[in-house]
Amino acid sequence: MIILETKELAKSFRVRGRLVEAVKGVTMSVQAGEIFGFLGPNGAGKTTTMRMLTTLLKPSSGQATIAGIDLFTNSRQVREKIGYVSQAGGAEGASTARENLILQGRFYGLSLPDAVARAKELLAALDLEQIADRPSSSYSGGQRRRLDLALGMVHKPKLLLLDEPTAALDPQSRAWLWTEVRRLNAEGTTVFMTTHYLDEADALCQRLAIIDDGRIVVEGTPDDLKRQIVGDTITLGLQFQPETGQQVQALLQEQSYIHSLEYDEQAVRLVVDRGAEALPKILRLIDDANVHVQTVELSRPSLDDVFLKQTGRSLRESAN
Amino acid sequence: MQSLRDTWLLFNHYLTMTMRNPVMVIVGLFQPIVQLLLFAPLLEPIANTEGFPEGGSIGVFTPGLLVMLGITGSLFVVFGFIAELRAGVLERMRVTPLSRLALVLGRLLRDVVMLLLQATVLVGVAWLMGLRADPAGVALSMLIVVLLGLLVSSCSYAVALILQDENAVASVLNFLILPILLLSGITLPLTLAPNWIQNVAGVNPFAYAVDASRALFIGQFSNPAVWQGYLVMGVLAFLGVFWAVRSFRQGVA
Repeated sequence: MIILETKELAKSFRVRGRLVEAVKGVTMSVQAGEIFGFLGPNGAGKTTTMRMLTTLLKPSSGQATIAGIDLFTNSRQVREKIGYVSQAGGAEGASTARENLILQGRFYGLSLPDAVARAKELLAALDLEQIADRPSSSYSGGQRRRLDLALGMVHKPKLLLLDEPTAALDPQSRAWLWTEVRRLNAEGTTVFMTTHYLDEADALCQRLAIIDDGRIVVEGTPDDLKRQIVGDTITLGLQFQPETGQQVQALLQEQSYIHSLEYDEQAVRLVVDRGAEALPKILRLIDDANVHVQTVELSRPSLDDVFLKQTGRSLRESAN
Repeated sequence: MQSLRDTWLLFNHYLTMTMRNPVMVIVGLFQPIVQLLLFAPLLEPIANTEGFPEGGSIGVFTPGLLVMLGITGSLFVVFGFIAELRAGVLERMRVTPLSRLALVLGRLLRDVVMLLLQATVLVGVAWLMGLRADPAGVALSMLIVVLLGLLVSSCSYAVALILQDENAVASVLNFLILPILLLSGITLPLTLAPNWIQNVAGVNPFAYAVDASRALFIGQFSNPAVWQGYLVMGVLAFLGVFWAVRSFRQGVA
């Protein structure tokens, strides 16, 4: 079942008389129950897309539905179904975690006793009990993030939208947040999250879309994306004789799973399909020809390779 | 119905927050009270000059100060608001099903209640200093103060949503506030002013609020300044609230 669907969603702004197309056309669909990553460098249109999906911005053109409800004609109904944690978080610093949560519950129409009970439940679930009655402005970054997440979960939304949830978090809080997102997902919440960390998208997301310059350049599972785009790299360290390079090239020429082969005086580098399966076959062939293999290295492509391939730029460069 | 519930919910919330840290409310009162204590006595010698309105120095000055309180007190609500914008509080609220109207009205209601509280203290101090105004007139001029507060608060929020920056807002306020105050005849009545200033002040809506309050304080309920003051403030307050509601609906907060 599709929970979130967009068709050619676009947004342009007028900035000092100039038309800026922040999002040029985003088409994607998120299945109920998955963790979906929305990946791209700063300025690619992630946040603008997020703001449209959370009903904060009206698009210039295109459509979007959440749980089958039109996002822009029935915004109010959509707001009941989604939970949103923005980059800034949005907890009120002068109020305590408990007060923030109770008020947020009231915003979703809970009665006061229900809101109090729900706040208590969330404070326990997110390990905030000890600091529940201190002003949230006194919290550490990690504690604040937990409260932000709790605020987004008050009404048990079907779809949780997280905007750069781990930006500026320490590694420990980051690990905690990953665990928490997985737990929420296991309990049935669909998660849609933006990130510009590739390792995060890789570790957490079941599917992802990469946005660049206002358009989705590719969508799929992290493994699919990596496989379809680059292929694995095998590096063989051999005991070289004068003819070794040519010899190996001749041996492996016929193998259809090998895309390319190059060599120098120390090593042979191959790009192959399904490296883990190809490696034993290659080793056997070389061994049979009495070429001595000293070292073997298999590297799988990273999402950075995918990004590089799709956009011609490295995500790390773009992020800076 | 939902708008009413949500407005009440937010009003209570904002009121609690303000009462928890009432510094701004007290600071807002400080200036008019200093004016009352240190400037009102300076007016006494000229209260008998030709052209000085009826009501004696303090009777003329206090209604002006009420208007000044309405302007300055309401302008400064934006500083807390901008901090909230930056922390994403408004954005979080706008993603909940809260009524959009309530997002504005809950705040404005809090601002108006705080303003009425300040105005009551101010009139109380003036009374201790010898003000003897028509009680019904004072009560009716509070309505002018309410309209004025709605106008200034809502315009402040709308401007804050456009500028989103304390420094920019402070510059705009500094630029506007002195001419507005001088051209309202708050400190010295405009009846003492040369013609050209009186003409310029004729287009300053706050001058109408001052004239209406002054008339009410001396019990001149049928003075045309009264209905004119209500009309000008009423229409502008309505437009101001409309502007604020629109800005909150679309705001890029």
